[in-house]
Amino acid sequence: MSDTLIKTIFGRLTLESFPIHEPIVLATFVVVALGGVALLLALTYFKLWGYLWKEWFTSVDHKKIGIMYMVLGLVMLLRGFADAIMMRLQQAMAFGANEGYLNAHHFDQIFTAHGVIMIFFVAMPFVTGLMNYVVPLQIGARDVSFPFLNNFSFWMTAAGAVIVMASLFVGEFARTGWLAMAPLSGLDYSPDVGVDYYIWALQVAGVGTLLSGVNLLATIVKMRAPGMTMMKMPVFTWSALVTNVLIVAAFPVLTAVLAMLSLDRYVGTNFFTNTGGGNPMMYVNMIWIWGHPEVYILILPAFGIFSEVVSTFSGKRLFGYTSMIYALIVICILAYLVWLHHFFTMGSGASVNSFFGITTMIISIPTGAKIFNWLFTMYKGRIRFELPMMWSIAFMLTFVIGGMTGVLLAVPPADFVLHNSLFLIAHFHNVIIGGVLFGLFAGINYWWPKAFGFKLDKKWGLVSFWCWVVGFWVAFTPLYILGLMGVTRRLRHFDDPSLQIWFIIAGIGAAIIAVGIAAFLIQIFVSVRNREQLRDFTGDPWDGRSLEWATSSPPPEYNFAFTPVIHDLDAWYDMKSREAARPTTGFRDIHMPKSTGAGVILAGLSAVIAMAMIWYIWWLAILGFVGLLVVAIGHTFNYDRDFHIPAEEVTRVENLRTQALAARG
Amino acid sequence: MSADTHAAGPGHDAHGHGDHGGAPHGTRRSYLTGFGLSVLLTAIPFALVMGNFIANTQVVIGICMALALVQIVVHMIYFLHMNSKSESGWTLMALIFTIIIVVIALAGTLWVMFHMNLNMMPGMEMPGGM
Repeated sequence: MSDTLIKTIFGRLTLESFPIHEPIVLATFVVVALGGVALLLALTYFKLWGYLWKEWFTSVDHKKIGIMYMVLGLVMLLRGFADAIMMRLQQAMAFGANEGYLNAHHFDQIFTAHGVIMIFFVAMPFVTGLMNYVVPLQIGARDVSFPFLNNFSFWMTAAGAVIVMASLFVGEFARTGWLAMAPLSGLDYSPDVGVDYYIWALQVAGVGTLLSGVNLLATIVKMRAPGMTMMKMPVFTWSALVTNVLIVAAFPVLTAVLAMLSLDRYVGTNFFTNTGGGNPMMYVNMIWIWGHPEVYILILPAFGIFSEVVSTFSGKRLFGYTSMIYALIVICILAYLVWLHHFFTMGSGASVNSFFGITTMIISIPTGAKIFNWLFTMYKGRIRFELPMMWSIAFMLTFVIGGMTGVLLAVPPADFVLHNSLFLIAHFHNVIIGGVLFGLFAGINYWWPKAFGFKLDKKWGLVSFWCWVVGFWVAFTPLYILGLMGVTRRLRHFDDPSLQIWFIIAGIGAAIIAVGIAAFLIQIFVSVRNREQLRDFTGDPWDGRSLEWATSSPPPEYNFAFTPVIHDLDAWYDMKSREAARPTTGFRDIHMPKSTGAGVILAGLSAVIAMAMIWYIWWLAILGFVGLLVVAIGHTFNYDRDFHIPAEEVTRVENLRTQALAARG
Repeated sequence: MSADTHAAGPGHDAHGHGDHGGAPHGTRRSYLTGFGLSVLLTAIPFALVMGNFIANTQVVIGICMALALVQIVVHMIYFLHMNSKSESGWTLMALIFTIIIVVIALAGTLWVMFHMNLNMMPGMEMPGGM
């Protein structure tokens, strides 16, 4: 009887669910717990809770939400990289008699968690964060279209990250690989909580991603400053527009396929089972219909960043703006026509494989056009080798190689040899690190002074840059070679001792990247410490061209005192060359959205529901869902959603900027 | 009809500030036309199925599918106000994009899965005799 009671209360959560028998996990837990307690005590000691809650957590300001996304991405990068270096160490050790230090159970969780975290909780928050911060400034808007939704989206993404992190210490994570392919992810082969953690983390975070996609889409379509026609929009905003179209069109497919998987696991349907009329191949098909556009969701904003950076630091208008835009749109459509290249070997036959092989190769044409446009922008430009520009050049050199190995993989006969080999691993790290990550670092270095009012330290930035670039090549060239020799991915142990040297070299590469990450953190620390020397008073430290540089750094809460009028593609460059005067009088009240805690609460309740569903604690799931409905409906009765910044306050802020500008001459 | 000028239903004012630049609104006449066409397009297939006027089931299914497609178009034009001018053409563009993506995903999936099942599951019964 009491046994039934305990089961009703705790579901399948028992004392054995806590991995105290795993020394590595236990040690991690102790470190994280001590660090967490120290952080909480520090926040309490310095009385920062009220400040964080009022100024950040409940804020609907797109700039603050953007920064919170970046912080989330950075924290999760450390977690995802810890997984990476553990895998590298295991594979460098485990040869012959040596079993390495990770058992199979743990190793499988690590490679799954690494993939899931790096894509969903590092790359996505970084990309969304930059779009959130920059897009409204680039189009001369006060905020995004739906400021509360923006806050809610962020917290849903954060809740998803919390669920993944919880799996480290309560229960376990999926052991299926980052796409949880059926039938392995079905109840027959994965009966424990791992796949449920995966499903609920992605479903909760997916709500955030989809809603932020809708939000930015509406913002770009409806809130551009007067005069900014579509073909006068900055390229980064264009890339954000196309990215969000992809998000809105692709993410529902992921939601649907995960919903069907959870129905299989929770109520015994047979969508993807081997028996009962299910078809696991349909899972593979559907998850890649989402999965391939996802790749472009990550890379297109990076392309946008490079376009801004290359044009700014070459001191020239971007070469081939129109062709850049058309390339983006063509990639947007083609992204939906290539998904089968991820499973050429599943047996669809020659006709299907040739079609998808050819569409894949066609994608390299618009991408190649973009590379040439950047090169022509640099041609005869006065190139300034600041950090963002260095990341851009490293991107071009690295990404082209990754693109070419991609075209190689697009040839079906070659893919039959290379499928699931380390060559594939090297390829997609080559485009994701060399493309997305380098782009994000370019973007962070480029827009940091806009966000905080001072530049990032160049010396530590260079250390980070060189360690990342060199470390990347040292870590992944051996994987290309191993892949060509036929070594497959996700192996915990090897028999052939001749392979070991390559894994040791790859491990050294990962260590160099670790130094790069450390240098990046030091760069931020040093820059904050030396912020007075690095201070930028103009709001335009790089001699920029687009509208975000027209306002102060950091921008005031309302972004622009008057909505700017756009005459040219490079709006700010145009204003500077016309010597347009900055308005200093006649300010009016500014209508702004008000902060609200509803987003935090809703996301927190979603996390509770997810945890309850994972552990079969049905009463808590029902309670959480009722709570969610009550808070959501209650929030619709909150009419106190806006306020006005009085004209005197605007005048005061703008006068400070006038004085700062005058003091610099 | 004097009511033609009375655009939009209740709730329009609830949006408060923010004008709806290019957002179109239907007239009573357009709503009634849409309603009439919808009823007609629903009644015909219903009658065909219930009344057994045509012996060949395949033909009945074909007619029903065709009328269903017309029904979709009627809803989009009269109830969703889809035309090339609304929201500066954004609604039409979004519609075309959606159709392209849905057609690609559905047709592609059918094509891919047909070949998959044929090659990888030779013993499997093909539903519908594909």
